[in-house]
Amino acid sequence: MARQKHTALKDHLRELMLFQRRTIAAVALTIILSVVLIGRMVYLQIINHAHYTTLSHNNRVNIVPIAPTRGLIYDRNGVLLAENVPSYSLEIVPERVPNLAQTLKGLRKLIDISDDDIDRFKKMVKRTRRFEGVPLRFRLTDKEVARFAVNRYRFPGVDIEASLTRHYPLGRLAAHVVGYVGRINEEELRKVDASNYSGTSHIGKVGVERSYESVLHGEVGYQQVETNAQGRVLRVLERTPPTPGKNLYLNIDIKMQAIAERAFGDNDGSLVAIDPKTGAVLALVSMPSYDPNVFVNGLDAKTYKKLSTSPDRPLFNRAIRGQYPPGSTSKPFTALAGLELGVIKPTDEIFCPGYYQIEGDDRKYRDWKKWGHGHVDLHKAIVQSCDVYFYELAQNLGIDRLHDYLYRFGFGRKTGIDLQGELPGLMPSRAWKRRTQHLPWFPGETLITGIGQGFELATPLQLANITATLADQGHRMQPHVVYAEQNPDSNAMQVIPPHLLGTIAKVRQSDWDNVIHDMHDVVHSIHGTARRISHNLKYTIAGKTGTAQVFGMKQDEEYVEEDIAKKLRDHALFIGFAPVKDPKIAVAVIVEHGGGGGSVAAPIARQVMDYYLLESPEANHVATGQRPNSGTQRGQH
Amino acid sequence: MSLLDNGRILGRSAASTEGTSLAQRLHVDVPLLIGLLLLSGLGLVVLYSASGQDMDVIMREALRLALAFSVMLVVAQVTPDTIENWSPWLFALGLILLLAVLVLGDIGKGAQRWLDLGLFRFQPSEIMKLAVPMMIAWYLADSTLPPNRLRVLAAIAFILVPTLLIAKQPDLGTALLVGSAGAFVLLFAGIRWRVVIAGLVLLAASAPLAWHFMHDYQRQRVLTFLNPENDPLGAGYHIIQSTIAIGSGGLFGKGWLNGTQSHLDFLPERKTDFIFAVFSEEFGFLGVMLLLTLYLFVIGRGLYIATQAQDTYSRLVAGSITLTFFVYVFVNIGMVSGLLPVVGLPLPLVSYGGTSMVTLMAGFGILMSIHTHRKLLAT
Repeated sequence: MARQKHTALKDHLRELMLFQRRTIAAVALTIILSVVLIGRMVYLQIINHAHYTTLSHNNRVNIVPIAPTRGLIYDRNGVLLAENVPSYSLEIVPERVPNLAQTLKGLRKLIDISDDDIDRFKKMVKRTRRFEGVPLRFRLTDKEVARFAVNRYRFPGVDIEASLTRHYPLGRLAAHVVGYVGRINEEELRKVDASNYSGTSHIGKVGVERSYESVLHGEVGYQQVETNAQGRVLRVLERTPPTPGKNLYLNIDIKMQAIAERAFGDNDGSLVAIDPKTGAVLALVSMPSYDPNVFVNGLDAKTYKKLSTSPDRPLFNRAIRGQYPPGSTSKPFTALAGLELGVIKPTDEIFCPGYYQIEGDDRKYRDWKKWGHGHVDLHKAIVQSCDVYFYELAQNLGIDRLHDYLYRFGFGRKTGIDLQGELPGLMPSRAWKRRTQHLPWFPGETLITGIGQGFELATPLQLANITATLADQGHRMQPHVVYAEQNPDSNAMQVIPPHLLGTIAKVRQSDWDNVIHDMHDVVHSIHGTARRISHNLKYTIAGKTGTAQVFGMKQDEEYVEEDIAKKLRDHALFIGFAPVKDPKIAVAVIVEHGGGGGSVAAPIARQVMDYYLLESPEANHVATGQRPNSGTQRGQH
Repeated sequence: MSLLDNGRILGRSAASTEGTSLAQRLHVDVPLLIGLLLLSGLGLVVLYSASGQDMDVIMREALRLALAFSVMLVVAQVTPDTIENWSPWLFALGLILLLAVLVLGDIGKGAQRWLDLGLFRFQPSEIMKLAVPMMIAWYLADSTLPPNRLRVLAAIAFILVPTLLIAKQPDLGTALLVGSAGAFVLLFAGIRWRVVIAGLVLLAASAPLAWHFMHDYQRQRVLTFLNPENDPLGAGYHIIQSTIAIGSGGLFGKGWLNGTQSHLDFLPERKTDFIFAVFSEEFGFLGVMLLLTLYLFVIGRGLYIATQAQDTYSRLVAGSITLTFFVYVFVNIGMVSGLLPVVGLPLPLVSYGGTSMVTLMAGFGILMSIHTHRKLLAT
């Protein structure tokens, strides 16, 4: 106010007049703009009221997501493993149903709807917006579709929806590789982009379906539709098409997979075959298998109980999750350790009396051959699988060096295969035992680790990959189930390049040659433990048999009496690769409670190799590549 | 009624000094208070429907309103002289805080607006809604009006600096309010219409430049406004759905709690920025007229207070605060009904939440202070 005293009263009055005029202008502006708003309201609420009422009430504009078509899955030769087939489901829009309980009751008279269906439906209703359709029954038969169509007028808000459902035409064949899709649960929905899945009801649960979910799924599309009061779509206003998911080509040769699965007969077990040069997984078997189709639209409680409580555990993927003692199949790698570290020379001999003793300890560590092998060098130790030789070798190596060396090959670590849930096996060490069991390492434990028993565990996949690493003389490839992704529109293939995990460096060529030669003789010499598969063999195999003692019977005491005899038998193992000079395939086989590796496991491996090297589309190529270095076999043709 | 009826003012003031009216002693302007209370009450009624009949939301909003009204009453006790003397300091403080936000501001809602003061987080741009008109009024009231060219240019600079800082945050809605609050002071101060028109033309011409500096989502809003059908899934969806809601309300509305559009999840932001759509769907054209009448009553009362103010500063500030309130109403209703692009401005006193309510009511506190602290004019 002090400042204003300088101002003359005349100015003050002039200012006031000016302000007054401006206020009038402000009032005018306010009135004009208010009239504009009122005009807009008249336009919307009075002139176009009928139009908007129609839009709002009778013909609601809905945004409907369009689910992308899921990518197909083929084997390496283009055989279809997973497809989409049209199916009809019964959907209800809760908002448009006058009396839900009565509608459900009426529908149950027409169509077979179980209590499970009703429960699931009611749960889903709570989760979705009231103007969105909720499926009540899936996979209606043609008869049910027809019966509903006739009675449709009685059920406002209920409609038949055509959609695509996943189908696995080969059923249980390769189910553990391909996996299956199932209905999305809330936990899974939290992990994915919810809007991208707004039109999708299913998601990959296991196998390739799960690990390649993001590739197979695609991108959601939308359409803007006009619907009438009953929720029926009157017309599509606008459409943004979805981007379909990519097709997958697997490295799996489904014919070979079938041969392998058949070869197991009634036995449980696992087989993994890998191309040593690329890491391509050619076959991945876990027996018994299951029919993935029952999971697609939810299975009833009874079927699920049967599958999940079966003593054979068909849902358990033994190839990547089954952990077995590798037994004698670990011996070639222990031998390599001894050679490389200078602990043994190939010509060094020991005497095998049938047992081994540590100095100052009375305990006898037995050989599988009661009366012993007599004088044994490395060649004989591998060919005849002499345990005493490897007891002594392990004793001289010590557990720390043994652990470090075998770990380099991949014992006790995940291979990084493109399937989820792989287990790492176990390569024990002093540090591991202290950490997990708070116990010191005992010398005897080193001995039994030398023959692949004790704490040591490996998955069939691991054994196959380690064998492949040996076959390729030190190149650890990452095993890969999927060969390529294919764009469904352009058919362009995007091949997934082989990935080198690491190289086992500094192994002398003579050491590789010695061990591989010894493994060759496991199959091809008259004393070899796998000699019976050499009969009529048209190529060369390097292999190693093994048996693994069964433990864990204590945990499974519910087994029926007459089963115990079989369940007590050892697991039979075989690892091998062929042809020896230019390996195209490495295989690991485990037959649970199979007994002898040479008699039970090795023949399964041979059937697979026979197919791959002699009959498969690759066979021609393989045969020409193999001929120069297998002169002896040529005579047998 | 003559705006210059000094005798009447004298008479009223003389009566008040005798301390007869409680309202006068509390420095409350009764008509303005009634208008604001009616609007807030109506707001709670709509909010009850828009929130899906959630009493928690109503309680929280009522508490917030109580706080805002208390702030208004406190501000009303301060004399206009004090407010005038605070003006440059408040402006300086606001500017420093804006710069602080720029340098070390929290990232809140993807935009740099908040300043963490340890105890609470606080939005400096809110201060500017009042500080800018106060500053310009303080600066211009120093000399005779209309201001000369130099003072106009200086005033424009005082407006532009905080406005651009806020727009950069980016908070287009608040920048618009702050800018127009300052511009209104200039308008009331009597700058020539020529200059006003030139300014508007310049603003329109700088639109391409502004486009260049806009964030993607802001561009999207403008594009969507120009053609809502263009993006029916994203931003355009909001406008399509809110016009359907408004239009389907008709003359009488669908009735309280009966709005189908709003209750079927078609309407976005229906408690906050888009609450007007719920209101017009349920109460129809007649309801909208009632609401507009209440708003215009408050605005009319504000302009009346401005004309009755006894000094230049008070007149300018009161006029600007009132017109800015109208901008709130106009921009919000305009955007919800598809007349204007979507800028995030709430419908004052009706929309749920918003820290802006406190600032808004502090502004009305200034109006009440101006009106209830009038003195006998020296003769």
